[in-house]
Amino acid sequence: MINRLATLFAWAMAIGAALFLLAPLIVIAAASFSPTPVFDLPVDGASLRWYTRIGQMDGFWPALSLSLQLAAFSTLLALVLGTLAAIAIAQGRLPGAEAIGTFLVSPLMMPGLVLGIALLQYFRMVGFNAAWSALLLAHLVVTLPYVARTMIAGLSRFDFTLVEAARTLGCTYPGAILKVMVPALAPSFLTAGLFSFLASFDNYPVSIFLTDVRTKTLPIKMLQYIEEAPDPTLAALSTCILAATVVLLIASDRLVGLHRMAGTGQ
Amino acid sequence: MTDAALPLAKAPARPSRERLVAVALAAPAVLILIFLFALPLAKLLAASLTGAEGLTFVEYGKLLGTSFYLGVIWNSVRLALYTTGIALLIGYPAAFALARARGPVRSFLLACLFLPLAASVIVKAFAWTILLRSDGLVNTLLMAVGITAEPIRMIFTETALIVGSVNIFLPFMILPVYTVVAQLDPRLSDAAATLGASPVEAFVRVVVPLTIPGVVAGVALVFSLAVSAYVVPTLLIGERYPTLSTTIAKAYLLARQPAFGAAAGVVLLVIAVATVAVSARLAKLGGAK
Repeated sequence: MINRLATLFAWAMAIGAALFLLAPLIVIAAASFSPTPVFDLPVDGASLRWYTRIGQMDGFWPALSLSLQLAAFSTLLALVLGTLAAIAIAQGRLPGAEAIGTFLVSPLMMPGLVLGIALLQYFRMVGFNAAWSALLLAHLVVTLPYVARTMIAGLSRFDFTLVEAARTLGCTYPGAILKVMVPALAPSFLTAGLFSFLASFDNYPVSIFLTDVRTKTLPIKMLQYIEEAPDPTLAALSTCILAATVVLLIASDRLVGLHRMAGTGQ
Repeated sequence: MTDAALPLAKAPARPSRERLVAVALAAPAVLILIFLFALPLAKLLAASLTGAEGLTFVEYGKLLGTSFYLGVIWNSVRLALYTTGIALLIGYPAAFALARARGPVRSFLLACLFLPLAASVIVKAFAWTILLRSDGLVNTLLMAVGITAEPIRMIFTETALIVGSVNIFLPFMILPVYTVVAQLDPRLSDAAATLGASPVEAFVRVVVPLTIPGVVAGVALVFSLAVSAYVVPTLLIGERYPTLSTTIAKAYLLARQPAFGAAAGVVLLVIAVATVAVSARLAKLGGAK
């Protein structure tokens, strides 16, 4: 009896949590089809006109392009550098491997805003004031720990003697890496890439301190639009970003499986 | 790499050479974080302690010695406490259901967890401003079921702030708890029952202790995220509820008081890092038992 009640309670909470978590996403999608400029839900008649206005928002295209560039480049760099470091740590030949691993993931527990002001002050001090490069370096500090964490976890389950075994069986060293290590690590690699791309693309608290008048990322622009003049165009833009995220997630689910990402993602 | 094909001939030199390779592999990532993370933080700490005549604690005095700024710190901590508490109440049982789910139900629940996690924080906070407006969906629902006759003012209140904050940080509670619960052996409860424990006893004395590492991880994660949240308070409550984060941003972006902002940043950092450090310690103690 008590077991039944407990199970029922757990399920009620899970379904409640699911609906609660989805609510803002559903509302934003619904409001983007609003027939009027005041976020009416499209009960009588939907309108697509807000979608056609996204491109006309002041400074939208440069902001989108900047955010995509930063996310792509910082994720790429983080994947390469983070994976190399994770290999060194997991192989156990690095002196102080555990401490270095902790150091590499430590920016994750850092409030973004604090990292932002620290970098702002530091870049000013050394006289470095190229906004694009400053943003890229800052985003690298944001994405590198995600990759390090996921890849260290993934590699700790990888048996490095398999590479030796493949070489004994006639593979060249690069061939052994490609045939044995890459397939085993692909899920972690994909998870790491996805999370660091999203972390960079969505970053506000670090970027805000490193922008200049002409170099503004999409989240900064969006917050500015919301504070100045929120209208359904923003909901339409948000829905487009959500749709792109859904596509990314579905692709990752097909390739890796979400339940596995639940294990390695956190 | 040519001599790598002759490992046997090079056997005596092998350990040091492999160690060198390992150092070379880790070096770029470590150097980047030394120069772009550790060093800037050290400089920030230095800046918060530097006045016109060298070492000074005047900025910390301002933060920790005036009731206004103590209130600001308490605002940040209170937001994090409420968020963590409510997220734990919802997330703990939800994680159990998620761990029991199979097939399409599990896929659906995981999608409900990952999609909001992957969605932009700004998008979600913006959605809550729409939901909680006086003519928004929540008020329409409340009036339809007859809970209230007049729309309740929700946006720009502490309630709105906490609802939005729980919404955004809840997945960070569910995921670590889920990871632990999914690894529980279901036979444990059966074994406890066989040994005469009531279901409640079995749960409290067998299951709960085993889930503590996940709970500690979730609590630490949600607390440290919520205490430093910036977008959520900015959009959902604004000026009426100054937090450490909004104070830091203001000090740098508007007021041009970098030393004060640096001190506020250090205080926020200490709170966030202390949470994680204490929880890591707790998790270790729990694991040692």
